Amino acid sequence: MIQVEEKLYQNRYRVDEGRPHIKIKDREICSLCSHKICTVLCPAGCYRKGTDSAVSLITDGCLECGTCQVICLEHKNILWEYPRGGYGILYKFG
Amino acid sequence: MKEKFDCIVVGAGPGGTAAAYTLAKAGLNVIQLERGEYPGSKNVQGAVLYAHSLEKMIPDFRKDAPLERFVAEQRIWIVDGDSYVGTTHRANSLNWQTADRYTILRAQFDRWFSKKAQEAGVLLICETTVTDLIKENNRVIGVRTDREEGDLYADVVILADGVNSLLARKAGFRRDILPHEVALGVKETVFIAQETLENRFGVVDNQGVAIEIVGTITQGMLGTAFLYTNKESVSIGMGCLLADLKKKNIPPFEFLESLKNHPAIKPLISGGETKEYAAHLIPEGGYHGIPQIYGEGWMVVGDAAMFVNSIHREGSNLAMETGMLAAQTVIEIKKRGGAFNKEQLSLYRDKLENSFVLKDLRKYRKFHSVFRTNTHFLTTYPQIVNSSFFSLLKVDGTDKKTKERETFKNILKKRSLTGIFQDAIQLWRATR
Repeated sequence: MIQVEEKLYQNRYRVDEGRPHIKIKDREICSLCSHKICTVLCPAGCYRKGTDSAVSLITDGCLECGTCQVICLEHKNILWEYPRGGYGILYKFG
Repeated sequence: MKEKFDCIVVGAGPGGTAAAYTLAKAGLNVIQLERGEYPGSKNVQGAVLYAHSLEKMIPDFRKDAPLERFVAEQRIWIVDGDSYVGTTHRANSLNWQTADRYTILRAQFDRWFSKKAQEAGVLLICETTVTDLIKENNRVIGVRTDREEGDLYADVVILADGVNSLLARKAGFRRDILPHEVALGVKETVFIAQETLENRFGVVDNQGVAIEIVGTITQGMLGTAFLYTNKESVSIGMGCLLADLKKKNIPPFEFLESLKNHPAIKPLISGGETKEYAAHLIPEGGYHGIPQIYGEGWMVVGDAAMFVNSIHREGSNLAMETGMLAAQTVIEIKKRGGAFNKEQLSLYRDKLENSFVLKDLRKYRKFHSVFRTNTHFLTTYPQIVNSSFFSLLKVDGTDKKTKERETFKNILKKRSLTGIFQDAIQLWRATR
């Protein structure tokens, strides 16, 4: 099966080290969330299910589409901002 | 000292740049803010660009705009499993000079368009994220940026900050986006040697092909797939309603893989090298999804205002048109010395009502709900069309009359005559 990392590898990014632009507000809510749809629908695979029922988030490969915050509607547990000016995905073709 | 402009434009996509360009041409003092490294570095589109709005601003854009190919041939495929039935339209009289649609790469096109705006006098500041709107007595008077001492002031602010429009939501101009109001588009840019590409698609010179794909490939989800030829690459992708993706519970890049591996697509991209993977939300709210688009000292254009006609694959032209109309609103109010309050800015809405933008969106206002509630259009009919063609075209010694009878019987097995009639009526009504 194709790994999303292979796809993301082609992209150009300027990562804002130590300053993720997306945050999970309350990790406890994710543990209780039954579908954890963010771990399925994020096109960059930024959200991963942990071994315990936790959700981990690494925003380095983020494509800044906004999907996660739209689908986390019932919990509104995602703090979604744009990266600082100049950081994040830098599309070469778009 | 407070720096004050006639207008601040947030975002350097087609909507924002059209607005900024038009304002600068009229001699207004415009500052445009872009969070990317350069205009287009955050932007994603299919991408077919319709030229009519751009042409109004820059009549000779064809001379130096980074256009990939003009779309000489359009194909529509209705897919079922590994087969498809399709139509092809090729306009041989079209050429580079008379074409009305071109494939583009947004990262390159947006940068070019922005350069034109800067030449017209727009002050563009990149690598700057607007974090908030500055209000005074409930009136927008400027923007706060992530730069030090980065507050800027203006008579009016035009928001062209894209589908997510964090600013409009933060300011309370609109509610949160719902999963059935946006589609998630995923796309790859696959590079293929130019000669191979031209041979495969049967095109010469700058001719291009656009293929729109509907049917069971989206597994019953409301969505379409596409393949567009660029100069030496193809843009291949698909977009499906977020609400449907949520129900399906399959990662979007796996859908993209299944599209790339479809027997009709695979040979077209074989040997190609993917050099970028992109994702973007597409506004699908239609006419009823349009939020408040003007208020005290502000207006919204393009994707941020949900101005996308997904049925006709139009978006960036709506962004440019609405950007232009917003700018013309500012110019007119300024000329008569009016204030940029809600009452005066309602002129923007009037202009939109008289444009193709709202006329088209109103025409299709019921379309989405029909397709969302009636899944036959996405599954049953593609199956019917494909199996009917298969049996009618197959030569196996069965006489044609028997074939017709069997085909008709098979169709009725899948959908009753009354059902087909009701669907047809529903579809017709949805486009009135």
